[in-house]
Amino acid sequence: MELSLTTIGLGMIIIGAGYGIARIAQSAMEAMGRQPEISSKIQTAMIIAAALIEGAALFAIVVTWLVG
Amino acid sequence: MRVFILVIFVSFWGFTNFSVKASDKDVYGRNETEEFNPMDAIIDHISDSHYWHILSYTNKDGQLAEIAIPLPVIIYFRGRLSIFLSGEFNHGTRVVEKGGNYFVLYHDKVYVTGINGNLDLNEDGNPNNERPLDFSITKNVGSMWLSAFFLLWIFIYVARRYENHPSTPKGVQSLLEPIILFVRDDIAVAQIGENKARKFMPYLLTLFFFIWINNLIGLIPIFPGGSNLSGNISFTMMLALITFLITNINGSRNYWRHLFWTPGIPVWVRFFLIPVEFIGLFTKPFALMIRLFANITAGHIIILSLVSLIFVMKTIYIAPVSILLSLVMFMLELLVAVLQAYIFTLLSALFIGLAIQEEH
Repeated sequence: MELSLTTIGLGMIIIGAGYGIARIAQSAMEAMGRQPEISSKIQTAMIIAAALIEGAALFAIVVTWLVG
Repeated sequence: MRVFILVIFVSFWGFTNFSVKASDKDVYGRNETEEFNPMDAIIDHISDSHYWHILSYTNKDGQLAEIAIPLPVIIYFRGRLSIFLSGEFNHGTRVVEKGGNYFVLYHDKVYVTGINGNLDLNEDGNPNNERPLDFSITKNVGSMWLSAFFLLWIFIYVARRYENHPSTPKGVQSLLEPIILFVRDDIAVAQIGENKARKFMPYLLTLFFFIWINNLIGLIPIFPGGSNLSGNISFTMMLALITFLITNINGSRNYWRHLFWTPGIPVWVRFFLIPVEFIGLFTKPFALMIRLFANITAGHIIILSLVSLIFVMKTIYIAPVSILLSLVMFMLELLVAVLQAYIFTLLSALFIGLAIQEEH
């Protein structure tokens, strides 16, 4: 497999999205630790925020795929 | 009911053809002597097909034989509709003549050719030949019907039991009740609101169970599974499109006003926000579509890559590693199957909930 700009771009997208989702998960877990009684609400909010980041990442992946 | 299913399967078997191909190439178009190409094999496994493949083996003459159910091919070309079984293509080795036009099957796609069946390949190996409009009942369509039939069977049975014995859940009923209540309370009511959730419950429940069952059927490697329906972008596109339509048809006045004339911000900023909000209208279902497609496809590719390791390394000693790792991946995929169904349903409910919200 040859190393192309597309591959590098995909790697950068994954780094960004992974960092974003990791931050969300970290904050959500801290919040759940502080207030376990509302953890289901936090979980839903976490999934929604992660899905939004994932959406942006998928958008970028599709664009790299189409361009590269 | 069971007899009915049996009859369907027996009639399927009646169509099953045991074909021996004349050429030394198998269905995937690779030579037996050629180097095994994992990427081609994987792509062939996750893509749609005109055959429902059951197994292939080397027969006594050393030829590769194939047991597959030929599925109906429905093609429309130059004003003429042709319907025939894909067995006529004989796994892409035979040219089929219908109404003066000649068709061949190449990499599971139907192309129009001349009488000799030669394809005009470009440098990437893709044919330049014209393609007819293809409405065939492919493997994915068959699998979708199977899962829809299965869901109808289960849910009609459960619904009937609730009518007859309202107080005592039993069997599959007690399996489904908590899941249905979960979708109602934690997805629909939480995102849409107590009053309006009921209206969207049928759609959300259908979405959840349909995606889930198709993800699970996609994980079964043998017949009657083996199709990659929820990893097919047309399938996820249709689901996302339905969510998009339901969201916008039920959109309140408030929703449209926020889209095109966002209140509470300076007037000149509103002009900049119109295109942003307008694009946002389409990126939401677009992300839904890609998310399900990418997650399921990626899972299938990983499992197939792990299995391909055996054929790439050409040694049996890698098999335990490969089987163990793919077993772990299968476990993860079982989780992903329900998680992706949940996320798709949750986000659909969220979009609907945002759209129908009245001013407060």
